[in-house]
Amino acid sequence: MTSTPLVDIRHATRAFGEHLALDDVSLQIGTGELVGLLGPNGAGKSTLISLLNGLRKPTSGTVRVAGRDPRVPANRVVIGSTPQETGLPPTIKVREVVDFVARHYPDPDDTAALFDRFGLTELAGRQCGSLSGGQQRRLAVALAMVGRPDLVLLDEPTTGLDVDARQSLWSAIEDYQAGGGTVLITSHYLEEIQRLAERVVVIDRGQILVDDSTQAVIDRVDVDRVELSSEDSRLDTLPGVASLARAGDRVTLLTADADALVRALVSERIEFSRLRVTGASLEDAFAHLTRTAA
Amino acid sequence: MPASTPSMLRIAGAHAKLNLLENVREPIAIIGTTVFPTLALLFFVVPQSAIADDPTAATGAAAQLGAFAVMSVCIFTFGIGIAEDRARPFDGYVRSLPAGPLPQFLGRLRTGVLLMLMGLAAVTLVASTLTEARLSPDRLMLTLGTLLLGALPLLLIGFAVGYTLTQKSAIAVAQLLFFGFAFGGGMFIPPDGFPSWLDAISQWLPSRSSRDLVVWAVGSGDVAAQTFTTLALWGMAGAALTVWGFRRDEGRRFR
Repeated sequence: MTSTPLVDIRHATRAFGEHLALDDVSLQIGTGELVGLLGPNGAGKSTLISLLNGLRKPTSGTVRVAGRDPRVPANRVVIGSTPQETGLPPTIKVREVVDFVARHYPDPDDTAALFDRFGLTELAGRQCGSLSGGQQRRLAVALAMVGRPDLVLLDEPTTGLDVDARQSLWSAIEDYQAGGGTVLITSHYLEEIQRLAERVVVIDRGQILVDDSTQAVIDRVDVDRVELSSEDSRLDTLPGVASLARAGDRVTLLTADADALVRALVSERIEFSRLRVTGASLEDAFAHLTRTAA
Repeated sequence: MPASTPSMLRIAGAHAKLNLLENVREPIAIIGTTVFPTLALLFFVVPQSAIADDPTAATGAAAQLGAFAVMSVCIFTFGIGIAEDRARPFDGYVRSLPAGPLPQFLGRLRTGVLLMLMGLAAVTLVASTLTEARLSPDRLMLTLGTLLLGALPLLLIGFAVGYTLTQKSAIAVAQLLFFGFAFGGGMFIPPDGFPSWLDAISQWLPSRSSRDLVVWAVGSGDVAAQTFTTLALWGMAGAALTVWGFRRDEGRRFR
């Protein structure tokens, strides 16, 4: 007997007027998985989250969580999600907003234990408007988990946090999964995805480009950028060149192995100057992925 | 088997508590409802011994200010309050929680009723101690009943403003409506002082009806059939606009 996946999205499309935020997206997530949703800004990550937490309905296709439609309020007891960064009432205290959200769920977590886990104990009596960005983010993740839902949706949970805060949030997320929870986390930080996710779904311009294990995805997006000035036409025949772009005499190459590329440049006696090697940004990698996926 | 959820009342209670806390922490709504009518009593009624010393007139004046306090909650707390909440990102987050829009609505309603009671308590206190206003116990129930009845269309108008307008527009429209209704309804200058054309317009205002009703209930005036017609018409208009605004809001933001 096959079990229904916890998250079951089939051919979901979401249009906002002319703009297709999601285009025929299908995604299944099983219980206990920790899935990273990676993509540049505007890729459709937040729209996908909004379909899962019932805020939006797909223009076509189906979205089911635990076999039910998250548009029905009662079905959302199995879902917890993070509020937007600015989305907390400024005059309400931390302990009050946690209590407010907790009361929506039948079996919420013990508040003191939750505060302890997220380092919110000293902040419990502070008004939300007085919290720093990092503190608000911690609170946001705590709010997603307070109801002890089966599925937790974290939308860019550690953006803008310092290293320590990030580490401690990552621990909390890992503990949650270890306790049987399922997590979908959106990010545009490769390091975060590498640390937390076993499976990564890459999305860009409303479409899923890759859905694979973390290592496989990293290998595909972990490219270096080699810039040089050269008129030589043999550049595109070099081994390991994933993409090449020319602007005048300036050439930009993306490759998985910059060292091999440079060695080849030298051994082939290709004329070049002003060589620069840097790690490619995620945007470069996405651009590369989009081209290879097309 | 559907997942179990906490009862709707429990969730509505959570919303009511949050809403009340916000009003207490930024108490402009509380101050507006209690201080305004009290000041009006102190400056315009108490010094005028012709009114203050005459039980009928004083009670009538107090009743009108009670209706005034109730109207201010309907139009400001609900009208502007709802529009303001809708403009916040927190509203979107609340919608993602395992409850529909009804608990939030009920929570708001409870806060509104509490604010009305606060305003009425303030008016009653000042009127009973500083004027000859008196209300017999049997009249009290009738008065409260008429206050509620008169408030209904105004409440619906407040909801309509809150759900159909953006925050900035809501603030402007609420003020226009409130002062227009208050003046035109005879809450500032008694209707007997109105020229006949103004009186004719006034009869069609919900504020006039609510004022007339409560003044009758305390034994200081009369009502006419027109009173009820006006209430019914505004009630229906308010309800229709509210439903339309609510649906349109849902369609724009949550569909």
